[in-house]
Amino acid sequence: MQHSTGYIVGFAIAVCLVCALLVSGSAVTLKPLQEANIVLDRQKKVLTVAGLIEEGQSLSTQEVARIFDENVRPKVIELDSGELVPGIDPAGFDQQAAMSDPDRSEPAPRNAAKVQRVPEHGLVFEIVEDGRLEAMIFPIEGKGLWSTLYGYIALAPDANTVVGITFYDHGETPGLGGEVDNPRWKALWPGRKVFDDRGNPVLRVKKGSAGPPSEDPHQVDGLSGATLTSRGVTALVQFWLGENGYGPYVERHRSRAEI
Amino acid sequence: MADTTTREALIDPLFNNNPIALQVLGICSALAVTTQMKPALVMCAAVVAVTAFSNLSVSLIRNRIPSSIRIIVQLTIIASLVIITDQVLKAFVYDISKQLSVFVGLIITNCIVMGRAEAFAMQNPPALSFIDGVGNGLGYSVVLLAVAFFRELLGSGSLFGYTIMETVNNGGWYVPNGLMLLAPAAFFLIGCFIWAVRSWKPEQIEEEYSVGALLELSNEGNLR
Repeated sequence: MQHSTGYIVGFAIAVCLVCALLVSGSAVTLKPLQEANIVLDRQKKVLTVAGLIEEGQSLSTQEVARIFDENVRPKVIELDSGELVPGIDPAGFDQQAAMSDPDRSEPAPRNAAKVQRVPEHGLVFEIVEDGRLEAMIFPIEGKGLWSTLYGYIALAPDANTVVGITFYDHGETPGLGGEVDNPRWKALWPGRKVFDDRGNPVLRVKKGSAGPPSEDPHQVDGLSGATLTSRGVTALVQFWLGENGYGPYVERHRSRAEI
Repeated sequence: MADTTTREALIDPLFNNNPIALQVLGICSALAVTTQMKPALVMCAAVVAVTAFSNLSVSLIRNRIPSSIRIIVQLTIIASLVIITDQVLKAFVYDISKQLSVFVGLIITNCIVMGRAEAFAMQNPPALSFIDGVGNGLGYSVVLLAVAFFRELLGSGSLFGYTIMETVNNGGWYVPNGLMLLAPAAFFLIGCFIWAVRSWKPEQIEEEYSVGALLELSNEGNLR
C-alpha cells in the first residue's frame, strides 16, 4: 500500500502527539506519589540508622512520618563553618543535587574517598527524644571498588561514638563488597570512636578482625575478600567527618557541649 | 499465522516457541534482574504489560501505518509504554523500582517486544495480538523466574527475601555460591534451561550438518 508523503507526515505527528499526551499525563499525575516515595525513603533510612525502626520493618507512610516528625530534627548547615543555615528548608534540600551544582559546591581537594565536589551546605539529622539529643546523623558517600556507596552514619551526642552506619545504595560485588549491607557487619560499628585525642578522624576498617569496641575503639573488622571496598569505607567515613566534610560542625558542637 | 487460535497464542510461547529458549531474545535483562525473585517478578509483570499493550496498540492501527515508517512508529509506541510503566513502578513499588533502575527503561531494547509487534501484531486483530503479547511476556517470565529461583536460592539461601537456608555469614550452615550472584550464572542457567526444553521437545533443535553429510557434499564436488 503506497501512501502520500503528506499522509506519512500527518500519521507520524498524530502518533507522536498521542504518545506525548500519554507520557506527560502519567508523569504529571503520578508525580506527587513519586515525590512522597522519595521523602518516605529518606525518612526510613534516617530512622533505621538511628535505630528507631528496624530494617525491613513494614510501616505505613503515616507511621514513618509520625516517628520522623516526633524524633528527628533535620537541619541544613554550612560545611565550612559548621553553622546552621536557617534560610534553607531541610525537607526540600537535595544534597546530591547541591553537590553537582557548580554554584552551590566547590571541587573537593584530592581525597581517598574520590569525592569530586563538596557542597556548600550539608544535611544533619538530629535525633531528639523527650527534648534530649540522642544522636546526630550525617550523610556519607564515596567510591568503593566498582561503585559509589551512599549511606548515613550516626554519632552519639559526644560527637565521637558511633551509634550506627548504613549504606542504602551501592553496586559492590554481591557476597564480597556487597556485605556492607550485612546487618552483622553493621552491628560491629556501634561503640567505636571516630576521633583520636587531637580530633582527627581515625576510625578505619582494618584488614582482619578488630577487638571489641572497648579495647579497639578505632578499628572495625574488614570485609573478607573486599579489601578495596573496605578501604573505600574507611576513606569516605574519614572524609565526611574530617575537615572538608562535617568536621567543623562536629567541632562546634563539641565546644558548645563543653560550655 | 492468520488462523492462530487464542489458546495457541497464549500457550505456545511458554514452551513450544519460548522467546528466550527458542528465539533466544531478551537475554540481557535476564542476566541483570534475576539475582532475586522479587525484582524478577516485577520485571516480568512490566514486560507482560508492555508486550501486551504494544501488540494491542500496534494491531489497532496496523492497517493505517505507512509501511515506510512502521518500525519507528512501533518504537515510539513501545518507548511511551515503557516510560509509563516506569512511572507507575516509581509511584507504587518504589523500593523495587530502585533495584531495577535502568532495566525497566531497557525493556525498550528487549527484542521480544518489537519482534512480536512486527511479526504478529502487524498481521493479526487486536484481541489476538493482545493475547499473543501476554503469552510471550509469560514465556519470558517463565525463564526469568526459573533463573531467579536458582540464583536467589543458591546465591543467597533465600526466596523472595525469606531465608530458606541460613547462610554462614548470618551464623547458619549454608555457604552461598557467590557465582550465582554474578551475571555468568544466568548464562549457565539459561543454557541449562534451553537444553532441558530441547531434550523435552527435540523438534526445537536447529538442523546442523553431520560429518557424513559434509563428506557427501565434498564427494560431489560441492565443497572444496
